[in-house]
Amino acid sequence: MSERPPGPTPDGEERPAVEGAVCPTPLPHHERIMLGHGGGGRLTAELIREVFLPALDNEVLQRGEDAAVLELTGSLTAGERLAVTTDAHIVRPLFFPGGDIGRLAVCGTVNDLAVMGAVPLWLTASFIIEEGLETALLLRVAEAMRTAAAEAGVTVVAGDTKVAERGQVDGLYISTSGVGRIPTGRNPSGSGIRPGDVVLVSGPLGDHGIAVLAARGELAFETTIRSDVAPVNGLVEALYDAGVTVHAMRDPTRGGLAATLNELATRSRVAVVLQEGSIPVRPEVEAACELLGFDPLQVANEGRLVAFVPDGQAKAALTALRAHPLGPGAVVVGRVEADPAGRVLLETSIGGTRIVDVPAGELLPRIC
Amino acid sequence: MKHLSEYRDAHLVRGVLREIEGLVSAPRVVMEICGGQTHSIVRSGLDRMLPEQLALVHGPGCPVCVTPLEMIDRALAVATRPEVIFTSYGDMLRVPGSRQDLFGIRAAGGDVRVVYSPLDAVAIARQEPGRQVVFFAIGFETTAPANALAVRQARDLGIENFSVLVSHATVPAAMRAILGSPHNLVQGFLAAGHVCAVMGWWEYEPIAAEFGVPIVVTGFEPLDLVQGIRMCVRQLEEGRAEVENAYTRAVTREGNRPAQALIAEIFEVCDRKWRGIGTIPASGYRLRPEFAAYDAERRFEVGDVETEESAVCIAGEILQGRKKPTDCPAFGAECTPDNPLGATMVSTEGACAAYYRYGRGTG
Repeated sequence: MSERPPGPTPDGEERPAVEGAVCPTPLPHHERIMLGHGGGGRLTAELIREVFLPALDNEVLQRGEDAAVLELTGSLTAGERLAVTTDAHIVRPLFFPGGDIGRLAVCGTVNDLAVMGAVPLWLTASFIIEEGLETALLLRVAEAMRTAAAEAGVTVVAGDTKVAERGQVDGLYISTSGVGRIPTGRNPSGSGIRPGDVVLVSGPLGDHGIAVLAARGELAFETTIRSDVAPVNGLVEALYDAGVTVHAMRDPTRGGLAATLNELATRSRVAVVLQEGSIPVRPEVEAACELLGFDPLQVANEGRLVAFVPDGQAKAALTALRAHPLGPGAVVVGRVEADPAGRVLLETSIGGTRIVDVPAGELLPRIC
Repeated sequence: MKHLSEYRDAHLVRGVLREIEGLVSAPRVVMEICGGQTHSIVRSGLDRMLPEQLALVHGPGCPVCVTPLEMIDRALAVATRPEVIFTSYGDMLRVPGSRQDLFGIRAAGGDVRVVYSPLDAVAIARQEPGRQVVFFAIGFETTAPANALAVRQARDLGIENFSVLVSHATVPAAMRAILGSPHNLVQGFLAAGHVCAVMGWWEYEPIAAEFGVPIVVTGFEPLDLVQGIRMCVRQLEEGRAEVENAYTRAVTREGNRPAQALIAEIFEVCDRKWRGIGTIPASGYRLRPEFAAYDAERRFEVGDVETEESAVCIAGEILQGRKKPTDCPAFGAECTPDNPLGATMVSTEGACAAYYRYGRGTG
């Protein structure tokens, strides 16, 4: 401790009476997230300034207000509607081949807007962070969100961070909400499917689910499968640009195509008939499913589009999807009939027929 | 997928189906033993492509289905203990005990983990010497060698915090029980290909001779199955009762001798209770006395847990081929995969679950 009398210094700064009793200035750089980062004070501001703003920077966020104030002028005209959705994202591990929780959090919400025919505009993001998470990892997540948001053409206009005590959260959870504009004339709906429609998917099924499972290191084999996580709004725009009348769209996430089609068949009171031989599944994914006892139809996707269009427009729809970078593998996988309403049937490759049911709960590897 | 698609070739399957149609001259009842075969038959829609005179009935070869309720309750009792890491194949987690299932135990804070191999459970025991790691060793002769290997590995490595809850069943004893029943309808068997890959088929020769039934070792893909059925039907039509092999790419008469030796080293044959059927003499494996230290039933003193079955469920008759899932009044009503009354509705290999999942008798 230096011996210096109390009182103003030559430059006018008030010097404390006993220097050693002063709290040290917090370390400027933290390698790990601490509880204080969620406290709403200086550390929170630092976290936002150093992690989130650089990645997600835009004019609305920069204003730093309590709510994003957005101008609708010019973007909404009479007859246009807004679509709003929200989705929480939990995935283990946080990084997996082909993606990470940040990309997933952006795409999940963008895709929910897109399949309603909306042009996604704005997202909000809420981060629940486990104490001790590496800051570098959070930076990578924020960076991945920036990339995905740029691909989708959306801006993150509001956000929030909370830090939970170690053990209360598994690393990081991200909840995103989104707002999109539905141009006039677009009316896709889960209850809009009609007999005579055909079912299209934009690419191979099950990549995401198997990639995440493999990334957990629980499989006794290695795979090269990458998650398909991607924003599908470009595919949706391609369909509308081609003048296709889309009766219904979905992104088949949890529960896979099986859960999605069952929901739609029930809501539209129609039968969906799939042809097993035409359903695209990568050989690696099929092999993994065979070994584990999974049905590829029940495995999650995060960047695939399912669309129901009138039979006569199937060709135009396929051409439009295949011309898009995310849709070269687009195919017709089935058709819609009136009966048995509410059912999803599969014509098997050997010529039999069976019902495609929704998975009961968790997908469980079978015993033998 | 190469090597699988060949066995799912529609043209070849249809050709064999036509042959079967030409062969069948009278009503025939053939049982596929293995739940994996039931699943494949219903999943591919094969059951609806067979001639009407040929009835396929589904056998007791689903390990999840025949594990007795009290064994599930014992598993639950062990898994609840705070010092225990309870490890299991995935599809046992959803099997209801008399009050709850392993999912429920996990949700309530129990450490229940899905493993893909019992050796993974041994590895966990090594990593966590302060915990008790228990593996739920169920299944037929197919899983017995791996389970035996885990016990031997634990002994060789001196891992004392590992034990197994054993509920092993053996196929030939169940076939004898079915054939010996006065209500038996089964005229021929498709033997389970994977069980025979381990055990060979020599065990079945006395059964075929004693009961006068054809037994055909059969694989799991649609083409395997129709070939097995064709060979079985041909024997019935020609009045033969032999053991034949339609799964030559995986099975020999002797089977896998080292695997058989491993089973014999760790396990001994015992009477075993089968869920829905009852006790069948000499139909299971238990740990040999010299491996009693690895017996979770003893270690956690749960051997005296006894439980009664649901009165509504007809799983026992289904497992013996006397009834079809759709004969049950509870099927698809009170009993669904989300709320199963009996184990045949739980496992993906269970006949009731396969019927429900693939829409048999529900629309």
